[in-house]
Amino acid sequence: MLRIPCPYCGERDHSEFSYGGPADLVYPDIDSEDADAWSEAVYCRDNPRGPQRELWHHLQGCRLWMVVERDTLTHEIAGAQPAQAALKPILRSGS
Amino acid sequence: MSGYRLNSGGRVDRDHPLPFRWDSQALTGLAGDTLASALLANGVSVVGRSFKYHRPRGVTSAGVEEGGAIVTLNAGPWTEPNAKATTVELFKGLEAFGQNAWPSVRFDLGEVNGLFGRFFSAGFYYKTFMGPLRGTRAWMFYEYFIRRAAGMGTASRAADPDDYETAHAFCDVLVIGSGPAGLEAALTAADSGLDVLLVEQDFELGGDLLTGDQLIGDQPAGDWLRTRTAALQAHERIRIMRRTSAFGLYDNCVVGLVERVTDHLPGAPAHLPRQRFWVVRPMRVILASGALERAFCFGDNDRPGVMTASAAAAYIGRYGVAPGHRAVVATNNDSGYRCAALLARNGIATTVLEARAEAGTAGELLQELGVELRLGTAPLQALGRTGLTGVRTARARGAAWHADQQIDCDVLAVSGGWSPVVNLLSHRGVRPVYDATLAAFLPGEIREPIHVCGSAAGIWDAGDCVRSGQSAAITAARALGFDASLVTMPPAGGWPTPIRPLWEVRDEIGGVRGKSFVDPQHDVTSEDVRQAYREGFVSVEHLKRYTTLGMATDQGKVGNVIGLALMAEASGSTIAETGTTTFRPPYTPVALGALAGRSAGSHWRPTRITPMHRWHQRQGARMTEAGLWLRPWYYPRGDEDLEAAYRREMQIVRERVGLVDVSTLGKIAVQGPDAAVFLNRVYVNGFLKLPVGKARYGVMLRDDGVVMDDGTTWRLSDTDYFMTTTTANAAAVLAWLEQLLETRWPDLLVRVTSVTEQWAGFAVAGPRSRQILAALADDIDLSDAGCPFMAVRQGLLQGVACRIARLSFSGELAYEVYVPSGYGEALAEVLWATAGPQGGVLYGTEALGALRIEKGHVAGAELDGRTTLDDLGMGRMASTTKPFIGGVLRHRAGLADPNRPRLVGIVPVEPGQRLRNGALLFADQNVSGHGIGWISSVTYSHECAGHIGLGFIAGGLASWLDRTAVLSDPVRGDRFSVRVVAPCFVDPQGERLYA
Repeated sequence: MLRIPCPYCGERDHSEFSYGGPADLVYPDIDSEDADAWSEAVYCRDNPRGPQRELWHHLQGCRLWMVVERDTLTHEIAGAQPAQAALKPILRSGS
Repeated sequence: MSGYRLNSGGRVDRDHPLPFRWDSQALTGLAGDTLASALLANGVSVVGRSFKYHRPRGVTSAGVEEGGAIVTLNAGPWTEPNAKATTVELFKGLEAFGQNAWPSVRFDLGEVNGLFGRFFSAGFYYKTFMGPLRGTRAWMFYEYFIRRAAGMGTASRAADPDDYETAHAFCDVLVIGSGPAGLEAALTAADSGLDVLLVEQDFELGGDLLTGDQLIGDQPAGDWLRTRTAALQAHERIRIMRRTSAFGLYDNCVVGLVERVTDHLPGAPAHLPRQRFWVVRPMRVILASGALERAFCFGDNDRPGVMTASAAAAYIGRYGVAPGHRAVVATNNDSGYRCAALLARNGIATTVLEARAEAGTAGELLQELGVELRLGTAPLQALGRTGLTGVRTARARGAAWHADQQIDCDVLAVSGGWSPVVNLLSHRGVRPVYDATLAAFLPGEIREPIHVCGSAAGIWDAGDCVRSGQSAAITAARALGFDASLVTMPPAGGWPTPIRPLWEVRDEIGGVRGKSFVDPQHDVTSEDVRQAYREGFVSVEHLKRYTTLGMATDQGKVGNVIGLALMAEASGSTIAETGTTTFRPPYTPVALGALAGRSAGSHWRPTRITPMHRWHQRQGARMTEAGLWLRPWYYPRGDEDLEAAYRREMQIVRERVGLVDVSTLGKIAVQGPDAAVFLNRVYVNGFLKLPVGKARYGVMLRDDGVVMDDGTTWRLSDTDYFMTTTTANAAAVLAWLEQLLETRWPDLLVRVTSVTEQWAGFAVAGPRSRQILAALADDIDLSDAGCPFMAVRQGLLQGVACRIARLSFSGELAYEVYVPSGYGEALAEVLWATAGPQGGVLYGTEALGALRIEKGHVAGAELDGRTTLDDLGMGRMASTTKPFIGGVLRHRAGLADPNRPRLVGIVPVEPGQRLRNGALLFADQNVSGHGIGWISSVTYSHECAGHIGLGFIAGGLASWLDRTAVLSDPVRGDRFSVRVVAPCFVDPQGERLYA
């Protein structure tokens, strides 16, 4: 069981969350018609061995989308921050 | 072997006899016994039969590593097969049975398997049934008999009658194990200020100290244990859980425990669960899980009466049971001497076979006790069949063993060294490291907040174990910021005379006398290991899978290391080079019921009901499950069945009026200055210009261009929208909208809030729907001009605030009406009080589906996560002037292929034939493969006077309109011709809709 430090609720079991994929993925602008760019964003994923920034949604909690730093090898979690930059100064990172 | 109860000694209560039954025979044990010790005390020697060869087996250990005394507990639905008699706490009325034997474990006809032993060696089944008999179906024929002959106990087929519970706990430090190291660690940690949870799988604290013969410093173990236990129990920061196994260590320091709450009680109180599954989230873990003694192999080492030396010692010291009258102790290390001394002190004639050339430190003591000590000697073969009668010995000459003499005995206690219980660390990916001097795998490097102490760390001396527990606790306390001065961790080891690593005793020509078992529970012999090597299964992982070594219920707790050593020996490499297998959770078997806890039966997931649920029940509704929801399915009149009821309901909707509960639809408040922009990006069709007071049907796609969901969105004000989703996708759509707003478009000023449970709603459908609502609405003009198609109105309905939109799923003139959910039942009452006398009907999901199929509206069966807008015939809905999610990738070549299966209507060519969903469609009578389409939804239609369906066929209407295809349903045996028609069977011009 991973324990995720939700910036709003505190440390919680990962079973309260749902996984949302890599955090640093850049989707094309909504008006972009570049099919390759959309394809890349929708289908292509790195599979890093080690630290990864990823999105988690506190589905059974505060419903915040957050960026979690997790080591894919050890499952160690370095911290979590709200996905929305504007919330960062308000919700201090749990660690 | 013929065990008996000693007159004194042990921790059993001789004033508290407990009657129990073994194989229907009435026996008596004592409070404090395990089933195994009680059976030994009653002279029962054969308690099980082995897996393949059906060899008689007795008690071989005194703990969780047991591979011989595997029994079935209880009867009927409470049957629990494969229980280890050595861990079953005796209680009054306990009932246990031998298993894997017919007619009984003492006399078992299956024993003839042993005569054919060479046929049953490793890989027998694969070679026979995948080799010469491959493809002959021989396996199908023989499997039944083989599975009957080989196997374990038989589980009950009845549902589990017991209750289980899930619980959660937090602590600073979790101490696993209550031997000298664990007890000291718990006390030290608590004294340092930590909250401590101490768990022990046994029903008594103490671990190895319960045998009672050791000294800690100058203090007898029993005294030390008594004072420490009292201090622990008095300590306010320590919580003690006995009968609780830590079965798995998981990520981020989460530990799984199973607590046996009532298994040991005769007639458990009804308010208690049988077991409790605990999820513990400690800050740090102290692992004091101890070590397991292993034997070494020799011929017929599975004879009842052969057990580990520590087990023989425990039966005397803890349970007051002599395992026999004449004992031989075979050892290659100092620990075996403890057992010999205990046997001798209790008047049992004892001979020690010491594999080493010189005696261990306690050698002199043994001689004082009158124990004969034979140096350089080991057992070569155990004698006797259903009970041990003697042992043939071998003498060491250099590295080889030579057959020697024979000694009469009825118990043979073997110590081949100790294996630290590193299993839980293995769950965390910590690979153990082989220490050749100690002949043991020790814990490897640990990067997580786990501290190992005691014999789990390879520390053999009880006094050293105490110090190691202290050291681990202080290290943990300091890591958590508490102030405490360090205590040095004693090094592994502790025997004055080194162990002589010994894995198997074979005679001078390398021969095994009889069968030499490595994993007795799965009947894996040393010869099987060598055969695996000869056949190329050299890797430890292959060895395990080929021979099934370590795959029985004990998971190779003892046998794995021996098998590994024998493989190393066969391949001429070292044990360190040969590797080790990975132990996975659970450490000991866990009942699935315990993991399920209360989430069983109808409680395995939550049940959602609408505010009108009880009202529907009062109207006689039959309910159906729609995801988590319970919804009215149909409302039978008289003895109507589903078919008759929904046909009546749909007909009355078309002719007059009907009411259906639509409260389960997902409802999301989309609010904020950018709400219009947001919806415009999410839906394929335009939402920017949707005026206040209007609703619009919208379809949303996923990023990949496949349809995600559909529904109507109502504009209540400039900045306030009321979105409805399908019942099934409500949660997923909300999560998706939140993801878009928080991760992709954080600049949009929009909030989305689920209001599904805040609003209760009915659809009022049919030609008379307007008059019903008009009679009830206080201040809403429901005339066609006042409330045209797709209009949204807010006002009062019988004094209650409501939202009404003129929407139709049925194709009739229809409205959706929502009121705050607290008024849901009142809404039902007033609507029905008006609609009932007007000849109206209540209709359920079956008629709801029938009406939408007639109209060609898509629903869950069509929106199956694979279909595109074009597949559904809705391509023209997509805006060409604005971007939206999925708008680019929906044009990919594969999705734009005109030959994809597309939505069509289906009718049988012969009237009266019944369509069924799931049937496949084929171009002609050549029905092979997966076909070119399928039927997704079907219903009876009054309008068409027969069955109609929606389905998908390659090329869709463009290729198939009015052509004939072949329906095939190989599962239900249908095959007939169907005609492809437009997917709208009722009112294609929408005259009723706009009435």
